[in-house]
Amino acid sequence: MATLTFKDFKSDQEVRWCPGCGDHAVLAALQRALPKVSQALGYEKERYVVVSGIGCSSRLPYYMDTYGFHSIHGRATAVSTGIKVANPWLTVWQACGDGDALAIGGNHFVHAIRRNIDINIILFNNRIYGLTKGQYSPTSKFGAITKTSPYGTVEHPFDPGSLVLGAKGTFFARSLDVDLKLNEEIMTAAALHDGCSVMEMLTNCVIFNDGAHKEIADPAVRPDRTVVLRQGERMIFGKNNDKGLVFEDNRIKAVTIGENGYKEEDILIHDAHANNLGLQMALADMKGPDLPVALGVIRDVKDITYDDGVRDQVKDVMRKSKIHCVDDLLRSGSTWEIK
Amino acid sequence: MQHKVIDTKDVVIRFAGDSGDGMQLTGSLFANTSAIAGNDLSTFPDYPAEIRAPHGTVSGVSGFQVHIGSTKVNTPGDYCDLLVAMNPAALEANAKWCKPTAMILIDTDSFTDELIKKAGFKTNNVFLELGVEDRIIIPSPITTLTKESLKGCGMDQKSILKCKNMFTLGMACFIYSRPLEYVNSYIEGKFAKKHPEMVGPNEKVLKDGYNYAANIQLIPNTYMVKPAKSLEPGLYRNITGNQAIAWGLLAASEKSGLPLFCGSYPITPATAILEELAIYKSLGCKTLQAEDEIAGICTAIGASFAGNLAVTTTSGPGFSLKSEALGLAVMTELPLVVVDVQRAGPSTGIPTKTEQTDLLQALYGRNGECPIPVIAAHSPANCFNAAFNAAKIALEHMTPVILLSEGFLGNGSEPWRIPTMADYPEIKPPFARGVLKEGERFHPFKRDPETMVPQWAIPGQKGFEHRVGGLEKNHEGVLSSDPANHQTMVNERAAKVARIADFIPELKVDGPDSGKLLVVGWGGTYGHIKSAVDEEREEGKNVSFAHFDYINPLPKNTKDVFSKFEKILVCELNSGQFCAYLRDCLPDFKYDKCNKVQGQPFLVKELVEAINKEI
Repeated sequence: MATLTFKDFKSDQEVRWCPGCGDHAVLAALQRALPKVSQALGYEKERYVVVSGIGCSSRLPYYMDTYGFHSIHGRATAVSTGIKVANPWLTVWQACGDGDALAIGGNHFVHAIRRNIDINIILFNNRIYGLTKGQYSPTSKFGAITKTSPYGTVEHPFDPGSLVLGAKGTFFARSLDVDLKLNEEIMTAAALHDGCSVMEMLTNCVIFNDGAHKEIADPAVRPDRTVVLRQGERMIFGKNNDKGLVFEDNRIKAVTIGENGYKEEDILIHDAHANNLGLQMALADMKGPDLPVALGVIRDVKDITYDDGVRDQVKDVMRKSKIHCVDDLLRSGSTWEIK
Repeated sequence: MQHKVIDTKDVVIRFAGDSGDGMQLTGSLFANTSAIAGNDLSTFPDYPAEIRAPHGTVSGVSGFQVHIGSTKVNTPGDYCDLLVAMNPAALEANAKWCKPTAMILIDTDSFTDELIKKAGFKTNNVFLELGVEDRIIIPSPITTLTKESLKGCGMDQKSILKCKNMFTLGMACFIYSRPLEYVNSYIEGKFAKKHPEMVGPNEKVLKDGYNYAANIQLIPNTYMVKPAKSLEPGLYRNITGNQAIAWGLLAASEKSGLPLFCGSYPITPATAILEELAIYKSLGCKTLQAEDEIAGICTAIGASFAGNLAVTTTSGPGFSLKSEALGLAVMTELPLVVVDVQRAGPSTGIPTKTEQTDLLQALYGRNGECPIPVIAAHSPANCFNAAFNAAKIALEHMTPVILLSEGFLGNGSEPWRIPTMADYPEIKPPFARGVLKEGERFHPFKRDPETMVPQWAIPGQKGFEHRVGGLEKNHEGVLSSDPANHQTMVNERAAKVARIADFIPELKVDGPDSGKLLVVGWGGTYGHIKSAVDEEREEGKNVSFAHFDYINPLPKNTKDVFSKFEKILVCELNSGQFCAYLRDCLPDFKYDKCNKVQGQPFLVKELVEAINKEI
């Protein structure tokens, strides 16, 4: 098998996102991650299908030199589901935005997670509707001033992490668009995960919501306001790597190592593979000012996948049934002869 | 009393009761018994949307009409020879369907003051109030007799009462000289494994009903409907339209060598197709009960992209929800069968009642220039061929196809001479084949110049990577908002659908191919129109009949056929949708209309009257 490279996944189409858009970096991470995934799993390029809905980020399939399906608003997850169930051998990647996945396509999104269908969903969350030029989205902060909320929104946003874990998702990861290395890492982990993987990419929209995640994304504050969770490692963060997370009084607390008697061994060790939804939910929910926002793979647990279930049931019934062709079917049950 | 057995050409029986009385089962067992006895038949289940509607109310009445004959039976019959009314409400709702010579069999135990009042009667003389006092009334204490029959059998009171329908069925079998073997074998099949203790009592109560009918002095004559000579020799089975659609799709899957994928959301009256397909995983069929109607079609579109024969099944409201995704299937030029089992609308309408009111939606109900082939099934058994043909067209012409059925067809049944799959044609999708040269790309919208059909490259095929989607593209599959390209692509997609006319059968004329009047229909009205036209011709009237199975595109000879008649009468169960379409496609002709929008099939009588007005 020829080794695939970054270039193999780049299509000949001109990338038409705005200069400075966070989507560029996510695309680059995906094009870098897939050769590694192919190497690890022995996948040929023709095995990949990239699906999307509608929105800026949903243009992504055109920029990938793979089989691609740019569907309609909100329905990417349903199209992906059909592709994967019809042919579980294919490996399906999906790009969708916060409006696409959580507003118009919310139903398909939660049901794909509930069914644990083996698709990889990259959720581009820039907290705004970009392609329609700046209306609030279901992840816009309460009070956000946008074209359709000139006096501020009066609705609470969804937190994709809580939504995914609330639906008992088997894989959830979060990252910032600019963190190419972490994104590659997350995408590889998602590809290796057998089940529905949701990767929330906190992306910036330079035109309609510049600084969408600046309170955590600014390089100056990022080390103190985010924690990168890695399997088997302590949840340590901070500019000086001196902060950590502990679980006390039924909640997660951020502490400083060396202060108030906290030692490094008191700090929690991350276990994304443990079926500990409570703690993983608490980690996914963390926000400032008291707690850092969790990045990295927060949850990655094994469970039966829908596509395998469907395939295995078909095989099982095929083996047991007496009906093996349509002629058998037509003659089954109650029939009578007219002479 | 010695009963006289009268030979008769056909009879119509209507079983009616509370929606929990088991009338659908009683009716279908009677139908199957008659089918095995060699009769031709047609059934019409007419039931409320509520599963167990309030006891004793008119809105909760469930009916099942069966028409059996010793000659060709085209319809479930307008009026009945025997009405079985299990309570006053059933009588109230159905007395109007009795022929002047009809027998009315009632369970006198349920004709209490309370239930008579509940059914809306003002007096206790219910027959006089309904104007059917001159019919042959067979009052029978069915509840009491059922209890008596099953006394000491070990069943509880509730289960005993559930057997009332078997007692009634026994009586009906006596009146129409039906043997009990089939029903007995049904009872054994149903109970032998899990509840063997139920077999004996059920068979006993059936037999007791039969004997009771033989002993009472109230039934003046019994009837015999001899086997139908019109039925060709062969192996037969009864089939409903919904079942036939499911099986026709499975047949297309086999003939194309592509696995069947059905993404659907349950909706009355289409659900049985999904239920039926869910059984036949042994034929490689995958069913996905989606989270909603939109996911139903979108998962099917995904499955089609991945190389399956993809199907979604629905009824009117769900069909509306699928509109946007239908446009996506048109734009991506992927094969897809969308089955719409039409019901009374708009909106939720009357879910369990039949109509033909989705035709214009099927033809036009999408944004943009969005042509889709439309096919209609014309009888329960014909649903098999209609589904097979819909799938064949979808796969060979790379297009979504809408198959219109109707609640009347989906739930109705008729005997079907079982075909052999060797007699069906292969289905050959235009797969992209071969190996592309270095640097050469697959062009997803490059067309066969004759059929205008593009090729189908399925993910997994090395070197054929390409992107499809809802945005307009050029032949190479590259996004394009170029005005001239858009015009070209719009024209080509339309031409692709129009050229399907070269691959479908010509329109046939039943009767002389020229004359005074051509009666035109489509879909499930076939049997009623055929009966009406036959009746008229027997009276020497100059009437011909043309029925459309293919609506878009129309058969190529449609204009020729129409041009040979002085008048055209378009009959349909809507306010004139097919007529409007014909006026648009073939504006040179004058069309008269015969319409009905009551959630009920035509009566043959109504059609005869409409035809008589024309000639």
